[in-house]
Amino acid sequence: MSSALSRRSVLQLAGAAALPLSSGLFDGAHAAPSGTLTIAYNVNLPSFDPTIGLSAVNPTIQSIYQAVFDPYIGQAPDLSFKPGLLTEWGWNADRSKITLELRKGATWHDGSPVTPEDVVWSLQRAADPKGGNPIQFVWSKVGNFKIDGNTITGDVLEFEPTLFKWMAFLTGYILPKAYFEKVGAEGFEKAPIGSGPYKVDAFERNAFLRLKAHPTYWGAKPAFDTVVFKFVTDPTSRVAEMESGGSDVTFEIPYEEFDRLKTKPGLAGLTKPVSDIAMIFITDIDPMLDRNVRLAANHAIDKKAIVERLLKGYGVPIATLEAPGYAAFDPSIKVAYDPELAKSLLAKSGFSPEKPVKFTIQTTRGFKPKDYEMIQAIVGMWRKVGIEATIEVYEIAQHFELRARHALAPAAFYNWGNAIGDPSTSTGFAMFGPSPHCAWKGKDLVERIGPLWGEKDEAKRIAGWKAVDKYIAEEGEVIPLFQYVQPIIHKTGLKIVAQANGMILPQLIAQA
Amino acid sequence: MRWGEIIRRLVLIPPTLVGVAVIVFVLLRVVPGDPIAMMIPPGASPADIDRLRAFYGLDQSIPQQFIAWFGQALDGNFGRSISLHSQVFELVLARLPATLELALLATLIAVALGLIAASIGTQVRGRRAEWLVDGGVGILLSIPDFLWALILLLLFGVLMPLLPISGRIDPEIDVGFHSNFYLIESLLTARFDVANALLHHMILPALALALPFAALLARVLKTSLAEAEDQDYAQVARARGFSRSKILLREVFPNALIPTVALGGVQVTLLLGGTVLVERIFSYEGIGNMAIDAVINRDFPLIQGLILTFAVLFIAINLAVDLLVTLLDPRLRHG
Repeated sequence: MSSALSRRSVLQLAGAAALPLSSGLFDGAHAAPSGTLTIAYNVNLPSFDPTIGLSAVNPTIQSIYQAVFDPYIGQAPDLSFKPGLLTEWGWNADRSKITLELRKGATWHDGSPVTPEDVVWSLQRAADPKGGNPIQFVWSKVGNFKIDGNTITGDVLEFEPTLFKWMAFLTGYILPKAYFEKVGAEGFEKAPIGSGPYKVDAFERNAFLRLKAHPTYWGAKPAFDTVVFKFVTDPTSRVAEMESGGSDVTFEIPYEEFDRLKTKPGLAGLTKPVSDIAMIFITDIDPMLDRNVRLAANHAIDKKAIVERLLKGYGVPIATLEAPGYAAFDPSIKVAYDPELAKSLLAKSGFSPEKPVKFTIQTTRGFKPKDYEMIQAIVGMWRKVGIEATIEVYEIAQHFELRARHALAPAAFYNWGNAIGDPSTSTGFAMFGPSPHCAWKGKDLVERIGPLWGEKDEAKRIAGWKAVDKYIAEEGEVIPLFQYVQPIIHKTGLKIVAQANGMILPQLIAQA
Repeated sequence: MRWGEIIRRLVLIPPTLVGVAVIVFVLLRVVPGDPIAMMIPPGASPADIDRLRAFYGLDQSIPQQFIAWFGQALDGNFGRSISLHSQVFELVLARLPATLELALLATLIAVALGLIAASIGTQVRGRRAEWLVDGGVGILLSIPDFLWALILLLLFGVLMPLLPISGRIDPEIDVGFHSNFYLIESLLTARFDVANALLHHMILPALALALPFAALLARVLKTSLAEAEDQDYAQVARARGFSRSKILLREVFPNALIPTVALGGVQVTLLLGGTVLVERIFSYEGIGNMAIDAVINRDFPLIQGLILTFAVLFIAINLAVDLLVTLLDPRLRHG
């Protein structure tokens, strides 16, 4: 018998090897999830302290923080607020004092009770100018706290209408005073404890975080005893994680992959518009000082076409910086796609497709889905009406630095998150001249927005912001594009509560 | 390389590292991208920004910052990571073993595959089968490691999900190691189940790093073997009636090994550089993966620490390779 392989035998072997692929032998990868929930997560967890540094202001990381720590105030999937560790909160009549009521019976992961002293210490630590809390300027507006049982009162040092909204989001967490003081900041990083539904069981930096259910959690018992966040930062690898069955849930994947994966057996897809919008900053420099140019740039963009063709329909066109669901969203404000109007506006300023107005537009490439392609499409739309824009690609870090120095190009693409849904944290900080995030420094807006910061009548405040949004749309001082839609892929057999703030909270995932 | 040369190389290490440190330190602060600008929340005033800048020691001039950092670095304190809130030295020491183990496994695979391919290529030299070997080596060489990573991810993670595609170890395994050299420690303590789990996770990233390296080794070794085989001493051995395999093994191979080791050493440093992307794709917890996050977050102290670590590794590997070549080559050993 010859030991040599003939061509036929090689082909037979190859066919045998390929058979399992075609027969779906490996499709068992999509088996229903067991007692452990594994989430392929898109960012690494840099730090366990949710109140200091870069990670404290990274909205994407908050899902992990909110699994381990409790915010002062909870947030419902529709961005409304609900009791968290605080069961009641509010101002007094003249907005000179705040009152907080701490939930009874809540415990830290080491079994010790959550006390009003923990709340006061957390607020004071957050307000410490030398503490490194990036949102310190919000927390420092209250002080002189007093404790009476589980009730905490404090003086309003400067009225901040969004104070309680911040208590549900960035750096708004209650940390354990006694434990933190005992182990120190470095010790807390190594062995953190919170009062949230899950406690830290194991952490391998850049690889995974394993959580176990907190047995004495004050809220509903989570459906899964063990949760694993796998840090899979590459989108292709996250897709592979789902296809291989290595993870039960993932998100932030390309829309094309989302459409493909959701039709695969054993997988399902879920989408939800989130509190994150795409926009183009307009800087108040030439040629954007010309109102006709700004308005033409707005009216020449077919946002619906961009969403449908580039984003596969996963986006909601918007006319202001307030997306549906935000407190000051006003559906009556419209900015129509009207290329003829754009042409006539440009003609008034002496521009035409033959003699276009020229400027630079800056954009990231790959930071957000289809960002560069979107700007290419917009530049194409502009060209047809008489705007010749040159695309300049930069990194997101450069965008932040240029924006802080008021050195952005006349137009600059960006995405703006606003998980608390308040107009002050969208239109306010993006369009108020003194804000380091604002590209349009015009006095017109400073005068309109200024009085709203201290407005104590909530209805009047929201109405004021709507009026500002209407004015901005009429003046074309920014180009809102669309609200992002978050694609979530999960194994069938799971029930996921998608949050409008974009968080994927393991405590809200259950077996279907 | 003589003792004098070795001492000269050792003496040059500190000034080289200082030079690297100065260049990296200045470049990071000159090129656009400011860590403070990235963490400014909406509503922060210029005073808030100044406060944050001072908190991270970035409010001083570049020379002042460098002097402060360098003074601490001489004491072994490379600063505190802006994003990870821990000492840079501790962070790098914790993650470096993962990268070293991965690089070691990749090198072993590459050497084994390279030797096999070169041996087969030499055996079939002058025949049609040599084209197959050269073609295969060419394909392996022309695809970069990160692309191999994606191919392997698709093949063995998705089409045939036989191996894990993320992390260093299964999340459900409680490690409980004393060191961060998980694989080595698990082998030394006879925890073969853990070693097996670790190897399952390491095999795909190691293979992605190893394939181009193996191809290069194969090509260089095969060419060197062919050249050495044509030398007088090999011809004499053949005339004396030695078999070809004996000539290859005893006379040709030791001489052909010298250029292969020299080039292979340089390639190991490139392999270490390749870990950056490959670790990212496989979510492997080494310093390469950490380096990408450090750059994204503009974490100046961590970037400095990581680049210095890579520099030390490169210098050490090059020195070790030079010493090895000296040991292998009697002409260098005896001047």
